[in-house]
Amino acid sequence: MLSSADLAAVWLTVKLATVTSVLLLLLGTPLAWWLARTRHWLSGPLGALVTLPLILPPTVLGFYLLVLMGPDGLVGRALDAFGLSPLPFTFAGLVVASMIYSLPFVVQPLQQAFAAIGDGPLEAAATLRASPWDAFFTVVVPLAASGFFNAAILGFAHTVGEFGVVLMIGGNIPGKTQVLSMALFNHVEALDYDAAHRLAGGMLGFSFVVLLLLNIFRPMHRR
Amino acid sequence: MSLRIRCHLPRPAFTLDVDLDVPGDGVTAIFGRSGSGKTTLLRYVAGLERDTGGQLLIHGQTWQDERHWLPTHRRPLGYVFQDARLFAHLDVADNLAYGQRRSAAGERRLSLPQIIDLLGIAPLLRRRVDQLSGGERQRVAIARALATSPRLLLMDEPLASLDHARKQEIMPYLERLRDDLALPMLYVSHSPDEVARLADQIVVLDNGRVLASGPLTAVLASVDLPLRLGEDAGVVFAGQVLERDSHWHLARIGFAGGTLWVRDSGIPVGAGVRLRILARDVSISRQPDHESSIINILPATITAQGREEHPALALLQLRVGETPLLARLTRASAHRLALEVGDQVWVQIKAVALVA
Repeated sequence: MLSSADLAAVWLTVKLATVTSVLLLLLGTPLAWWLARTRHWLSGPLGALVTLPLILPPTVLGFYLLVLMGPDGLVGRALDAFGLSPLPFTFAGLVVASMIYSLPFVVQPLQQAFAAIGDGPLEAAATLRASPWDAFFTVVVPLAASGFFNAAILGFAHTVGEFGVVLMIGGNIPGKTQVLSMALFNHVEALDYDAAHRLAGGMLGFSFVVLLLLNIFRPMHRR
Repeated sequence: MSLRIRCHLPRPAFTLDVDLDVPGDGVTAIFGRSGSGKTTLLRYVAGLERDTGGQLLIHGQTWQDERHWLPTHRRPLGYVFQDARLFAHLDVADNLAYGQRRSAAGERRLSLPQIIDLLGIAPLLRRRVDQLSGGERQRVAIARALATSPRLLLMDEPLASLDHARKQEIMPYLERLRDDLALPMLYVSHSPDEVARLADQIVVLDNGRVLASGPLTAVLASVDLPLRLGEDAGVVFAGQVLERDSHWHLARIGFAGGTLWVRDSGIPVGAGVRLRILARDVSISRQPDHESSIINILPATITAQGREEHPALALLQLRVGETPLLARLTRASAHRLALEVGDQVWVQIKAVALVA
């Protein structure tokens, strides 16, 4: 079936997508909460910034990230000052890039779910002696369950499918930064269409299953 | 035991400017048309609206002053929202348990079975919230608020979203609440009927300001206020069933100032009742008219005159013994009979409603 290099690419992709979506859920939840509830003037610009990766060509995003994270970039020099190695062409670099790339796919479903809940249930919880934290975990999280589900699936799936950003920031190092879409590209370039079919077919099936799951679970926990 | 409420809250449509002392027991109705600031006032008491310069002193405990602000979840209150706001992810029993679990065990004065019984919701406990009717929803919401054993119950038009039949279904539960629990309540309403049935005290709000506040009977009987009540202007007072006439199906009700015959609705002799007499059902004559079909004809003294919205009408305040009455008549009649404050007259009462 798949060659060991292909298997490594699949494994790396799954690992990258898992780490990325878990971290994004942790960081995206407070961000989405703030965006959904604040009336601060910063919410407009910040909201636009979060959405930017949605319309920006991935290569543009990847290019800027490469410049920023490179040895002469702002982030690169900051990391160097702390004695850390630069991020490009590492797994950590891929994670950072993927998080920025997939950010809107996690933040937007959460933000919409939080906005749909509104003030009502939170105020009710407060009158029932629940502190804000308590109310968040016992009322908001269960009511926004479908939002969290969508965010996790979309964040994961979108990271699996990325190409341009990875190409820019991660290069194509087998076993280290070579993800599935890279491996596919290599097979096509080498005219190895059989291997390309196996990877592409797998991706097709995976994407279909993701959308199917979304459709099955979407009506759950509706308010 | 009292409630001291002071706040200044600018809102787009009005500015709520209130400085109130309300007795800390019984039902206090916060009455006014929509947009008068009733809900904002209730939300302020709950801590859902904030005025850092305001003051809230509830049963001797400071909830808000210049330096302190007690967040909503630390205030021993219960809040019934107009739209119930039950948690959709929990069933009825878990909704009830939500607040109960979070209230201090030492302060529990009401047990859950007691509350479930009081509101008649035992058959609903395992239902999902979206399977409840509007009336059931409100009963569960009231039970959920009671389950925290609040020291003050805030109700924001709990009946407003319900049709007439559902209102009649819930009203007896609210009366039981008032009569069985020694729980002070602030009850927001724009319905004179609900106020007449439930309230002991009333605060009348208009455009964010307090027009009147005090005991229900006295406030309703003032001649300035009925302007805002129109057709619903009238008095409410307490009485007691003295006698039941089984032949004519009438009951004689005693009150401070005399007795009245009303339709017998099966209330036992000795029971306390609440009577409501609308100003439009009271007419005045100089002599007792024994040829009239009206049964309730009582001697009264005119104590004040007020204006009505329509220039053809006049409003009189009278006193039957200690009980005030309002009468609405045409200005032409008042002129023809030469009615003046201090005159002794006869009031003919066409309809008396037993409201509770």
